Amino acid sequence: MPKMNMLQAINNALDIAMAEDEKVLCFGEDVGVFGGVFRATSHLQEKYGRDRCFNTPLVEQGIIGFANGLAAQGSVPVAEIQFADYIFPAFDQIVNETAKFRFRSGDLFNVGGLTIRTPYGGGISGGLYHSQSPEAYFAHTPGLKVVVPRNPYQAKGLLLSAIRDPDPVVFFEPKRLYRASVGEVPEEDFQLPIGEAEVIKEGSDITVLGWGAQMEVIDHAVELAEKEGISCEVIDLRTILPWDEDTVAESVLKTGRLVITHEAPRTGGFAGEIAATVQERCFLYLESPIERVTGLDTPFPLTLEKEYLPDHLKIFEAIKASVAF
Amino acid sequence: MTTTYDVHAPEFMTGDEFQIPTFRLLQQDGTLFEGAEAPELDEEKALKIYRAMLVTRVLDERMMAAQRQGRLSFYMQCTGEEAAVIGATAALDDADMIMAQYREQGALVYRGFSYDEFMNQLFGNELDYGKGRQMPIHYGSRKLHYMTISSPLATQIPQATGYAYGQKLAGEGHCTITFFGEGAASEGDFHAALNMASVHKVPVIFFCRNNGYAISTPASEQFAADGIAPRAFGYRMHVIRVDGNDVLAVYRATQEARKIAVEMNQPVLIEAMTYRLAAHSSSDDPSGYRSRKEEEAWREKDPILRMQRWMIDRGWWSEEQEKSLQESLRREVLETMKRAEKRPPPPLDSLVTDVYADVTPALQRQLDALKTHIRRHPDAYPRGARSLDPDVSVDTTDTKASEEQGGA
Repeated sequence: MPKMNMLQAINNALDIAMAEDEKVLCFGEDVGVFGGVFRATSHLQEKYGRDRCFNTPLVEQGIIGFANGLAAQGSVPVAEIQFADYIFPAFDQIVNETAKFRFRSGDLFNVGGLTIRTPYGGGISGGLYHSQSPEAYFAHTPGLKVVVPRNPYQAKGLLLSAIRDPDPVVFFEPKRLYRASVGEVPEEDFQLPIGEAEVIKEGSDITVLGWGAQMEVIDHAVELAEKEGISCEVIDLRTILPWDEDTVAESVLKTGRLVITHEAPRTGGFAGEIAATVQERCFLYLESPIERVTGLDTPFPLTLEKEYLPDHLKIFEAIKASVAF
Repeated sequence: MTTTYDVHAPEFMTGDEFQIPTFRLLQQDGTLFEGAEAPELDEEKALKIYRAMLVTRVLDERMMAAQRQGRLSFYMQCTGEEAAVIGATAALDDADMIMAQYREQGALVYRGFSYDEFMNQLFGNELDYGKGRQMPIHYGSRKLHYMTISSPLATQIPQATGYAYGQKLAGEGHCTITFFGEGAASEGDFHAALNMASVHKVPVIFFCRNNGYAISTPASEQFAADGIAPRAFGYRMHVIRVDGNDVLAVYRATQEARKIAVEMNQPVLIEAMTYRLAAHSSSDDPSGYRSRKEEEAWREKDPILRMQRWMIDRGWWSEEQEKSLQESLRREVLETMKRAEKRPPPPLDSLVTDVYADVTPALQRQLDALKTHIRRHPDAYPRGARSLDPDVSVDTTDTKASEEQGGA
């Protein structure tokens, strides 16, 4: 199996999708001949022509509005927003239009073909506007699917699923791992299921849950905890909406403890939703309060980035506190 | 490419250098302007247009009255703008996509949306294609290529650009028209849409109904320039301003615009100058912000009356025909309304369908919990336990299937 970094895996998935179906189109800012500022769309214009892979003017609400129309027409648009921090101008098109298209028309029309790709997350000295993790804003929007891969293999399998999914998908790519994460990725076409969490490691004392780039951080924390004799079950949520309540609840029923971690700020973060659901479904089995290890309730800082981020030590301490409760 | 020339002293421009004329063919007395030539329009098509204008007027008046009687939650009239909307629609191919704002029911009338279809949506009953989910006047029809309306203003404009881009790639010679008011043109989505359409050479017609008001805000507080039309220059887009109460001019202008869109793959902006004769909606009273005198002056320019005089002049219409058609329309609208308002609402399960292509496990749990709750308190909900019985309601997938067959 060839080794790919996450960008190569994403590029490979787009290539497969475009080769398979001529209705698949890739567009966004600098996506065309340049291949994207992160090079996720490299060589696609060369291969499939300017009609199917092209630059748009610099206007996020236009990109998603255009993509909504294309999807309603029957095309399969894969729109890129250059940074998740800049998805907010398109928030109205995504929340009021994309998410509600099928429901409001009684299924006469839909934009199920649409996938919105966007790099998210911190750890790259990106400051306020190249670091954000806005998944929780979208998790509050019925009609959307929200997916976050953690490595190149996942990125390819989940992106191919997103493009072929009958519903619109917002696909957050952890840009800190674009080149840093390298792994074996099958060259052929394959898909990973949307809406299903993955138990990466079984354990019996505590469940540790996250998604995207945070999974690597969880791995380090769990290593430290296991050295102290704490058996951790690690779950990658993979899909934020609709999320896999059953897999998470089943794990917590077994371990009795839960730590959830995400880079985004705590208040209104998606960990809150998970914690509330788990306490409803696992109330009599919980042996300690559910811990949340998150970003602070501040804008994402530049110089104090390392202090801000929910790193492996913060997660390690939360695991210990939970077990010792 | 931008063309420039150099000057060596500061020279500012405001655009006042350009005057955009208004294209007009028909005078209010039903005769053509001197030198004007009527578009090619046979008797049958002229009658279809005129009839659609009249139906729209009668439907609007009757349904606004029904709203006043409390039979309907909300309504919006197209009154005064029938020529703009229907004249443009008549100039299109019936398979061209229409993406409207909300004051374009005339387009649906012209394409053959039935009274029943209108009423089912207005009353949100079990036969409504939209399954009773949206407010009245948010129509949609797949078979008539009329995109379902949504309330957020201007969102459909960049969507029309995208839809038309897909039509261009499909290569079937179709275009998209998108209607919007001059108020909506202040939204960012308007700019996004026009710029992208020009850059990507998209077969789309942007049709602005400049009716002078966005609810209470007069056009003078909406923009400082000469209306919407001059903005096309900034995008290097074909543009025409037309008398929106002159159905012949609107028809002709849209015919030519469609040629530019489909044959040249270029977007076009049409600004139709008209007047919103009725209130903004059933929730609005215009007497608070404009004078009766102003309204009266525009009532004199009624687009239906103007076309009627032209039709009578040509011997294609008569006062007797007018009277009998109006009477039969009123009767038909009333009968259909009575039928629609008696129909039950969509089944309870339709609360959770179509959010996604398939009902998610979490949504199914929420629906089951709701059913349990209603069983416990049946008297607290309008339909009581009846909403829980799947046999009581008609399966709406049947109506959708039949609509699609009708379009085939």
